Order: sequence, then structure tokens, then C-alpha cells
Amino acid sequence: MKRITIEPVSRIEGHAKITIQLDDQGHVAGTEFHVTQVRGFEKFTEGHPFYEMPGITARICGICPISHLLAASKACDAIMAVRIPPAAKKLRELAHFAQIVQSHTLSFFYLSAPDFLLGMDSDPASRNVLGVIAQNPELARDGIELRKFGLQIIEGLAQERVHPAWIVPGGVASPLAGATRDRILSELPAAKAIADRTIRFFKGALDNYKEEIEFFGSAPTMYAGLVDRKGNLQLYDGGLRFRSAAGEVVEDHIPAEEYAQWIGEASLRESYLKAPFFKPQGFPAGVYRVGPLGRLNAADQCGTPDADVEFREFHQRFGAVAHSAFLYHYARLVEIVYALERIEMLLADPQILETHVRATAGVNALEGVGMIEAPRGTLIHHYKVNEEGAITWVNLIVATGHNNLAIGRSVQQVSEHFIDGTRLTEGMLNRVSAVVRAYDPCLSCSTHASGLLAMTIRLLDSDGKLLDELATD
Amino acid sequence: MKKVKVATVWLDGCSGCHMSLLDMDAAIISLARKIDLVYGPLVDAQEFPEDVDVTLVEGAVSSQDDLNKIQKIRQRTHVLISLGDCAVTGNVPAMRNSIPVQKLLQRIYVDGAQEGKIVPCDRVPTLLKQARPLREFVKVDLCLPGCPPPSKAIFTVINDLLDGKKPDANRKVKFG
Repeated sequence: MKRITIEPVSRIEGHAKITIQLDDQGHVAGTEFHVTQVRGFEKFTEGHPFYEMPGITARICGICPISHLLAASKACDAIMAVRIPPAAKKLRELAHFAQIVQSHTLSFFYLSAPDFLLGMDSDPASRNVLGVIAQNPELARDGIELRKFGLQIIEGLAQERVHPAWIVPGGVASPLAGATRDRILSELPAAKAIADRTIRFFKGALDNYKEEIEFFGSAPTMYAGLVDRKGNLQLYDGGLRFRSAAGEVVEDHIPAEEYAQWIGEASLRESYLKAPFFKPQGFPAGVYRVGPLGRLNAADQCGTPDADVEFREFHQRFGAVAHSAFLYHYARLVEIVYALERIEMLLADPQILETHVRATAGVNALEGVGMIEAPRGTLIHHYKVNEEGAITWVNLIVATGHNNLAIGRSVQQVSEHFIDGTRLTEGMLNRVSAVVRAYDPCLSCSTHASGLLAMTIRLLDSDGKLLDELATD
Repeated sequence: MKKVKVATVWLDGCSGCHMSLLDMDAAIISLARKIDLVYGPLVDAQEFPEDVDVTLVEGAVSSQDDLNKIQKIRQRTHVLISLGDCAVTGNVPAMRNSIPVQKLLQRIYVDGAQEGKIVPCDRVPTLLKQARPLREFVKVDLCLPGCPPPSKAIFTVINDLLDGKKPDANRKVKFG
């Protein structure tokens, strides 16, 4: 028995490694996906005032701090038992859609585009965003500009791009200025044009990735995502829907405060990332996926015109329930189209400029749950407090966690298909990393991570003796 | 002209400092002409290379793996920069420091799970007793505080170093 270690998995948001066991014939016998760091937010926040939670938990992730600010603030709204002002809800949504745009753009252009544009087997020394800048400067510039568009909305609302202290319990800290709205609206057509160019480019390139689409985590699973009463895609509010691999709605409109009836968490020996599962099916049978692919499978439609055209084409091409993890990339681009449309709709609503944007109250409930769709999937913050408002207990279920079991299975499938232990190549192992990349896991969110991108591939025998080493130089 | 070798490293942080680095937006295109990004979360380099000119390190030192990495990085780097509050002071990762590690792990993986209920132990790195700032383990040449440091501050420091100037990090300094 030999063992291959891919450490760390490169171009992901966090630190992970993969172990692949080979049998004596060089066939893949088993794989493990390890997330290798833990930070302990659920414990060290005990004793802090509940209203500090948005600011502290935002530091879970610098890529999508808005997600944690929103889920934490919603949990705090529940503890205060307030309904936030209508303009505050719209402003929170605006910041959220802006974040969806910037985060999906980072995943597509900065982290995964090197695989599509330069090739899965291309030289690892230049298979990165600087390589994309050199090879296809127009596409690289599109990525930079689209990310900037999303972040400038956040900066316009909150004065900071990373970790703004603007989304607060009870609403938001300050209203939107008319001039900021007008500036965003003036930049929107250029952002929409980039989204349109990119999705057309990607759809045109899909035929080059038939093998990846077929073997990249294509085993059917359940899917979960937030929807409204009409089955429209929702990212900020809505109830949680589980849809089966065959396409039936298994559970629908689960409110935030009932999540624990349906979602359990399992600890794993080999990873600091716990594995949530769908409780009625138990562990490990209750595997489901979240995130862009999960949401497009769970929802009946997006509910905006341009995104619905893309939504229908997506499902016409890949079925009512699309199973390949490679299609996360495609789903991410559909969601960028959706988010830009929602930004436009929100800004067209005069209520967005209203100046009453924050409700105030003390502790009116000893427990609160906030649930949203973060860029990578369903995010749940659950707090308990004492009567003084000090945190006594916290549970966080983050987007990438839900996908933990599925990522593990996808790694196994890709390894079995692409790896030949008798003639190891870097390109084979890059495909194993690429399937992890397709999920856009935020291991920073899921435990925290140390995200180094080096890749050392070592072939060990069962005693740990080094048999072969592959340098990605 | 020989390109300057730059590396970025992410230990126990949230990646927000790396995002602030990318927030230079299109300036990365001109920077790309002057530097080779030889290691970091955005590239596929293997080992941390020898003879790196500038390394920016985000995050505190929190696990045995972090500690091994930072010692190797120090040996192979000319100018080592603590990027952001976690690297400079410990910041949010250090909020766990008053809690014994076993108690922390017990809360998350045993009390906080319905299945498994085991503290991960197979091929995952051991946590250090406390998350500590970089300078407690290695010599740091420059501290760039902030949570995260402003993009302009990072950009200015990199450019000063590229111009052969001693960076004045106080110009755009930000706390918290």
C-alpha cells in the first residue's frame, strides 16, 4: 500500500491536504480530505456581549466578512426581538449582493481561471493569476474590474472593503447617500457587460471540459438552499429547502430557528472540519451540497429576467438536477448575473435612501439564530445569552462545512478516474486539487485556515517510506 | 531587469490581509511586471523557495505547522514583514489563549457534535498552547498593522522596497 499526500491543496481559500492510498497495482484504494486548522470561535466568544458578535465573527473570514456580519446581526436581531427598518433590510441585501459579486469573481478569475485558461496540465510556476494577466490580459482585467465593482459598493456603504463595522444588530449603521447610489448605477452597465462576456466565454469552453464534467464529483447528492414561498432563489431571507438527488423537494421552508431538527454535525478523525448531515438520513448517508450549484438545484427559478434565461439554459444542458461539481463554476457565473440584477432593482427602489436604518432594543430573547446564503452556501449563526446579554453558547455552521462529505467523495471519484499510481504526473494531482477548487471552499470560514499554495506530492509506502517525490517546479 | 522575488504567507488569519493586498485592483498589472510571486495562496509553487527578497506574512503562529513554516520562511527570506494585526499582535486568533487547548477541542468536536464525537487526531497538525505574534518566534523586519492594513499602505511598502527605499510604514498606519 502506498500513500500520496497533496499538501497543501493550492489556490483555495484556506489550508487543506489530501491523502490518497494506492494499492499494490497503483490503483486508488482510498482518499482523505483534511482541513488542517481550527480557531475556536464557538468557545472563545463565550462571555462577550452579544452585540460584539458581528465584529468578532467577521474575522472568521476576510473574503466574505459580510456573510458573517449578516448572519451574526440576524441572530442578534432575534435576541433583541426586533424587526429591522425596511431600508436597513434592503441595504443589508445590497451589501450582500455586492459581496456575492466580488467573492464569486475572486473564485472564478483569480483562483480557478488559471486551470481553464492555461490548462490543467500547464506549467504550475505560471498557472496563477499573474499567468492569466500575461496570457489573457482582457479577461484578467475583467476579473479585476468586476471584483472592484462589488467591493466599491461595500466601500461606498461602509467606508471599508474588508471588515466594515457597518452591519449591526438592529440594522445598519448609516443610510445610503444619493450620490453613492448614482455612482453605483453609473458603473452597473460595465459590470453587467463583463458578467455577460464571461458567462458566454465559459459556456463556449464547456465542451473542452467534458471529462471533468463527467468525473468531477458527479455522484448524485441532495441539495440545500434558501428559497422564498414561490421557490425563487433567496440569499438573505427565506426558508431552507432540501431537494433530493432525483429532484423531489424533501423539506421546504425550514425557518432558521429549526435548523437543528434537520442538520446534525459529525466530527471526523482526519479533519478539523466537522461534517454536517441531513438528520433524517443519518450520518454519513445524509450527504447534501450547498453553494451556487446547491442553490440552483434547490430553487425553482432565480426570479430575475436575465438570470432566469441562464438558469433555464443551465438546467436544459445538465438536467433538472445537475450533479457535477465542475458546474459550480457555471452556477457561480449565473449567480453573478442574478446579483447584478438584484443590485439594480434595489437601487431603483426609492425606499433604499430612507434614513431610518436601525432599530434599538436590549435583550428580549435568550436565544437567536441567523441564517443566510453566503457565497459558498448556507451559513448559520446560533447564539444563547444570559439576561445581561453575555454570550453563553455559540454554534456556527458555515457554508463549506455542509459540503465537507461531498468534497471528500469528489476527491475519491477524481482520484479513481485520473490517478495512475504507476506513472504519477503533476497534472493528475492538479485535477484532484481542481475538484476541491470547484467547490470554492472557504476553509478560512470553516475552521480557519492557513492557506499556503505550495504543492508537494510525495508517494509513501505503508510504513511512510518515501518512494517517489514530484516537484511542481 | 531581474524581477524581485515576493512571497505571501497565510498562517492563523482570516485572509483579509490578502484581500487588502488584492484591493490594489488594477495596480497588480503593473506590479506583475516588476515582481515574481514565488509562493503564496494565489500561486501553485511547491516548497517555500530559497533566497526570497520580500515575504509578507498574514496571521498568528497557532499550530506546530505554523511554527515550522515560519522558521523555514525566516531562513529563506531577506525582508520579513508582519502583515496585519494577527501577525503583529496575535489579535483575534489570540482570543483563545486563556482557554486550555483540550477544553477548546472538547467543546467543538465532542460537545458540539451529534455523531463522531472525537477530537481530530489523524494527520492534522497539533495546536500550540497559544496563538502568538510572529516576532515572538522569528526576527521581523517590518510591522504593518491593521485589521486589515489599508491596501494603500501595503502597496506603498512594496513599492518603496522595489525602489530600494526603506519603507516608512507610519505614513498610512491604521490600528484595528
